[in-house]
Amino acid sequence: MEMTIPQHNYLREPKGLKSWLLTTDHKRVAILYLISVTISFLVGGIFAMLIRLELIGPGADFMTADTYNKLFTLHGAVMIFLFLIPATPAVLGNFVLPLMIGARDVAFPRLNLASWYIYFFGSIFAVVSIYLGGVDTGWTFYTPYSTQSTTSVIPMTLGIFILGFSSIFTGLNFIVTVHKLRAPGMTWFQMPLMVWALYATAVIQVLATPVLAITLLLLILERLFNIGIFDPLMGGDPILFQHFFWFYSHPAVYIMILPGMGIISELISVFSHRKIFGYKFIAFSSLAIAFLGFLVWGHHMFVSGQSEFASMIFSLLTFLVAIPSGVKIFNWLATMYKGSITFETPMLYAFSFLVLFALGGLTGIFLGALATDVQLHDTYFVVAHFHYVMVGGAVMALMGGLHYWWPKMFGRMYNMFWSSVAAVIIFIGFNFTFFPQFLLGMKGMPRRYFLYQPQFQSLHDVSSMGAFFMGIGFVIAAIVLISSLFKGRIAGANPWGAATLEWTNATSPPSTHNFETTPEITHGPYDFDKVTNRST
Amino acid sequence: MTIHPPTYRWELLDHYSDATQQRESAKLGMWIFLLTEILFFGGLFCAYAIYRASNPDIFFNAHKALDLHLGTFNTVVLICSSVTMAVAIRSIQLDRIKAGIGFLTATLGLAAVFLVVKFFEYSHKFHLGQLPGKYYTYTGIKGTNPHLFFSVYFSMTGLHALHVIAGMIAISWMIYRASRKHFSARYYTPVELTGMYWHLVDMVWIFLFPLLYLVG
Repeated sequence: MEMTIPQHNYLREPKGLKSWLLTTDHKRVAILYLISVTISFLVGGIFAMLIRLELIGPGADFMTADTYNKLFTLHGAVMIFLFLIPATPAVLGNFVLPLMIGARDVAFPRLNLASWYIYFFGSIFAVVSIYLGGVDTGWTFYTPYSTQSTTSVIPMTLGIFILGFSSIFTGLNFIVTVHKLRAPGMTWFQMPLMVWALYATAVIQVLATPVLAITLLLLILERLFNIGIFDPLMGGDPILFQHFFWFYSHPAVYIMILPGMGIISELISVFSHRKIFGYKFIAFSSLAIAFLGFLVWGHHMFVSGQSEFASMIFSLLTFLVAIPSGVKIFNWLATMYKGSITFETPMLYAFSFLVLFALGGLTGIFLGALATDVQLHDTYFVVAHFHYVMVGGAVMALMGGLHYWWPKMFGRMYNMFWSSVAAVIIFIGFNFTFFPQFLLGMKGMPRRYFLYQPQFQSLHDVSSMGAFFMGIGFVIAAIVLISSLFKGRIAGANPWGAATLEWTNATSPPSTHNFETTPEITHGPYDFDKVTNRST
Repeated sequence: MTIHPPTYRWELLDHYSDATQQRESAKLGMWIFLLTEILFFGGLFCAYAIYRASNPDIFFNAHKALDLHLGTFNTVVLICSSVTMAVAIRSIQLDRIKAGIGFLTATLGLAAVFLVVKFFEYSHKFHLGQLPGKYYTYTGIKGTNPHLFFSVYFSMTGLHALHVIAGMIAISWMIYRASRKHFSARYYTPVELTGMYWHLVDMVWIFLFPLLYLVG
């Protein structure tokens, strides 16, 4: 039977730009977010490339030190607040969460659209900040420097303050959707693990983001009115800013990684064609990570002068995070064991994730240990660790998820060969970029430095070459995906033979109201033998 | 039980299966939003605790600059406004829309009284130079860095006042919608949500009052 794209789908109906800009359809909001975060990723990526370009030589090669300081600040701020925080929940989460639980939309569709406009509005402030000359404080905005810097700190922090509301609204929407809009028969333990991960993420978004909001507000007040709360000359305490900041920003890294773990749970099971191993352990480990994430912020501050006893406790709690993370990794491995694994592009990204996240997680343990952290603090080791978790973890998972749900979102399949080539290039490029940075850090190269000692040059050069190579990989992946929209073959409802509702009960692309009739839950999310509509 | 067809589109949005599901979703959403508000203020309460613990004498000396009578009066005003809000919701639930509008207007009026009193408190302090940070010019309080108390005072009460204003906008919107007959015994969710928000704004003040006006 010749497959066709269904006439009635959310991409075609209703028509016109206005229908997109005023849409309350969660799928269209996801597409709006996809376009926005892709632009942010491109901008943040260009900043990264310029940083790596400058670091090819030990001296001042292409720019001034001030420009360099602004570049690493903007790279961090854009990548974290405009790309990583919203990327997976607001794009893939928005698209798949209602579909996966058999709902017609999220609980508050207008709030969902509002969150995109708030994101847009917040981004304008970030752009204004860049236009006014950028910020040079680093993405952490540590006081007292951030209260003294002459760069445009206020527009950037105000922008991030506003972006926080967008994140809160997404999280709030997801929590209520999961609680109230599950289809009849969709019990908590029938939910796909992606939904559990998004739920855990949403809890963090809702609980942590307001603390960042008040922190940035106090920073803005400090700059505008010198209220003295973070100023030691006036009886204030700059370390309080660090406590506040990390109380949000440590859980925030779990906002970035947890939904990725949800994606990986889907990918590993689907492409191993085997029921997920340890479903409940994976589900509860997401909640455990969300919970523990709130108790470890002090591990960013081991050398800040906080009490040694506090440091010991924070170190211990940090080690505990390794347990639920390990539970996930071992369950994924156990799922693959004796499965019939196939190597489509999403699975290649899942493999990348497993390797890179394991390395990133392991080096996190090094940094959580008190004695080694004193040596490694503020060196390239931290940079490498963070990028292994965030790029190797969160971005690889996002890429895998995007390639996995792409045929559902657009109804067409991309070129499997070239998308696989892109995945391999990104994996190789990534390791060439960031593995040398572990070595640089251990040899004592501090992070954020403009000039460096000549003995570090060879490792920096490997890192820069790797970054450009990885950049080429992302460009190829983008070309392959975009060209599939025009000439990709028709994917059909369920090209992977997956068992979750968005594949078994909805067309590709889904209709505006997701399902013809409210889905009946007849099998679990990983019962692949019950799938009858595989389309290839 | 008879099932009424909805009068307005928003009484049952088409992605909900029934009105109960819709109302419960809205209320859960509001509870979560209130949680974010508590954490938002939580940062300031935390800053308060830290600076009071490290400067107990300043907090004690500086709190005397606040007008206890006006503070107490405002506390009573806000508690009364919570009562009128609760009665307004109950009235609309019982289809007494006119009474509901009356109590909502009373709530709005009490909120305005609160802000007027706050305005006089603020302008008095501006006049005396009892201000945050570098704007602090008052000399009548003993101890180092007495401005810290006023930094905390103005941040907390200022943020609270912004929430009062937001609440007044929401209450005005509810009065407008009630007068357009949008609400009835069948559909009153937005009024209920506004009430939940308003009670939180009161609750925050209930904590601010003793912490700022009744030190020591």
